[in-house]
Amino acid sequence: MAHVNRRILPGFSLTLGYTVFYLSVLVLLPITACFLKAGTLSLHELWAAVWTERARAAYLLTFGTSLAAAVINLLLGSLIAWVLVRYPFPGRRLVDSLVDMPLALPTAVGGLVYASLYVKTGWLGQFLSPLGIQAAYSRLGIVLVLVFVGLPFVVRTVQPVLEEFDPEAEEASSSLGATRWQTFHKVILPALYPALITGFALAFARSIGEYGSVVFISGNMPYKTEIAPILIVARLEEFAYGEATAIAVVLLVISFALLVSINLLEGWSRRHAG
Amino acid sequence: MQAEVIAYSPSRSSQLPPQPQAAVKAPSLRRAQRDPAWVRWGLTAIALTAVTLLIGIPIVYVFVEALADGPAVYLHNLFGDPDTRHSIYLTLTVVPVALVANVLFGLAAAWSVTRFQFRGRALLTALIDLPFSVSPVVAGLMFVLIFGLQGYLGPFLRRDGYALMPYLTSALVVLLAVVAYALFRPRIASQRRGLWKHPWLSTLGGGSLLFALLVVAQQRLGLWPQNASLKIIFAVPGLVLATSFVTFPFVARELIPVMDAIGPDEELAAVSLGASGWQMFWHVTLPNVKWGLAYGIILCNARAMGEFGAVYVVSGHIAGQTDTMPLRIEKLFQEYNLPGSFAVASVLTLLAILTLFIKSRLEQHMPSHSPATSAPQGATKS
Repeated sequence: MAHVNRRILPGFSLTLGYTVFYLSVLVLLPITACFLKAGTLSLHELWAAVWTERARAAYLLTFGTSLAAAVINLLLGSLIAWVLVRYPFPGRRLVDSLVDMPLALPTAVGGLVYASLYVKTGWLGQFLSPLGIQAAYSRLGIVLVLVFVGLPFVVRTVQPVLEEFDPEAEEASSSLGATRWQTFHKVILPALYPALITGFALAFARSIGEYGSVVFISGNMPYKTEIAPILIVARLEEFAYGEATAIAVVLLVISFALLVSINLLEGWSRRHAG
Repeated sequence: MQAEVIAYSPSRSSQLPPQPQAAVKAPSLRRAQRDPAWVRWGLTAIALTAVTLLIGIPIVYVFVEALADGPAVYLHNLFGDPDTRHSIYLTLTVVPVALVANVLFGLAAAWSVTRFQFRGRALLTALIDLPFSVSPVVAGLMFVLIFGLQGYLGPFLRRDGYALMPYLTSALVVLLAVVAYALFRPRIASQRRGLWKHPWLSTLGGGSLLFALLVVAQQRLGLWPQNASLKIIFAVPGLVLATSFVTFPFVARELIPVMDAIGPDEELAAVSLGASGWQMFWHVTLPNVKWGLAYGIILCNARAMGEFGAVYVVSGHIAGQTDTMPLRIEKLFQEYNLPGSFAVASVLTLLAILTLFIKSRLEQHMPSHSPATSAPQGATKS
């Protein structure tokens, strides 16, 4: 079939050639340059750049906040997906399209608004500051914007699975005497696992690299609220290209690992869902 | 209520003819899926609160802040500041260029991946997704490493960049001409007359003639500056590159599933009936994928307009020269000019709302698409 196509349908070498060319210029060449540059550093220099106290604090903060945000997104996102699919309420379509907002809204706008909402005198910050909670320019603020940025990923992976979920399984479960909680826990939740894991991984991956929104709300204090991408920019502004590249390579490797695991997870979930 | 139960299983209700059984079954199904009222109301309240706090209030807040001092001040904030004006202009020049490049790439990638089998196809598909997982800051840094002043190609381009331009542009035009020749060439041998009959002769001869003509013409006309240095980083070309990198998956990712679902049969029929490549593309492929293409363009545009991290690194933040709208927001924020910052933000927010509106419209035309970036509402509503 495919070989027949190649003889009959036009444009194989043209389109493939263009695709490969475009990808090489835009993706492969830059990534190669990045690793080449990192390769010009000696192992000792590389280690010194990657493993300073400031960099370690940045990795820890990036991971901690991304993980926290992804866990919150997992819980909140699946709850929102559940409500959107199962409970009809007035304004459901509006809420459904609002969930997509973080994908369409520029991250800089998100960061700007969150930073202004959660300062001490802001709309939402004024309720938090009497409780002694400082949201803007703190780690909490970083988690908040990351929750905002990652929310659609969980909702949009869980929602279609819930919609396709066979109601007869639930019926069978309840007719066999299971309580509603048992049905949810033993029948519905296992079917959702693949989607939940994929959504979690997508939200986590997005949070690790996020820059635009965090830079507004974090205050960017070294050791305290400086995430890894902000550290890269700080190094660049000192014209320390080697150190910036070393940290970037660490982030790149992590992204590749995440990309591979997301792909594996998707393949795994497709096999188990089918 | 009845309709709602059917909506849970759209695939089955559309495939099977309506059976009397279904009507009997429906109430019991509904009972099995029903949660206690306090659970329903509780969960709905939590979800609504979360969406309002996380998304609703921030959107309202943008417009409240932007319009706090009245529409006159708002318009002045937006159009009175020359740097802000320039950032709007710059965004409107960078984004279309990146968009066109990504649409061409999306079409080419989707065509080669869905219509042909070749080694490394899976790798290619995985590569297309790469920008989703690379931090934008790292993406920007990679371009700085290549084209920056201390980068691999930067010094060379600065010295000789403009001297190369006549050759580069001529090569590009010749390439396009060859593509056009291949596309418009009749597929059936008996219809090929004259130069259509001799592809190698026309391509090589015509190509080199065109190349020579264009190079000489550009040098005679003095189209490119003689003693200036070509800047890519901290200039507009870098912005275009960074924006293209971050947004190129969107069009391809939307087109691939659509083209896969449609299959090659209609195109095979068109070609075997004698359509040229262009006719096949224009009359068969494009009409089939137009909604998917539009969907991809909308998402790509939204992301390109709002791109921050990658552009931040390559732009150099020269006010009035390389600040796009999102960068302008940040700069105004740093200068404690919040009204100005929110004025620019409100324009981008309006754009996002418009994007979502068009997106939900397009979803009614597209029953199936990738789950991660799309609302499945359209599928169940129909």
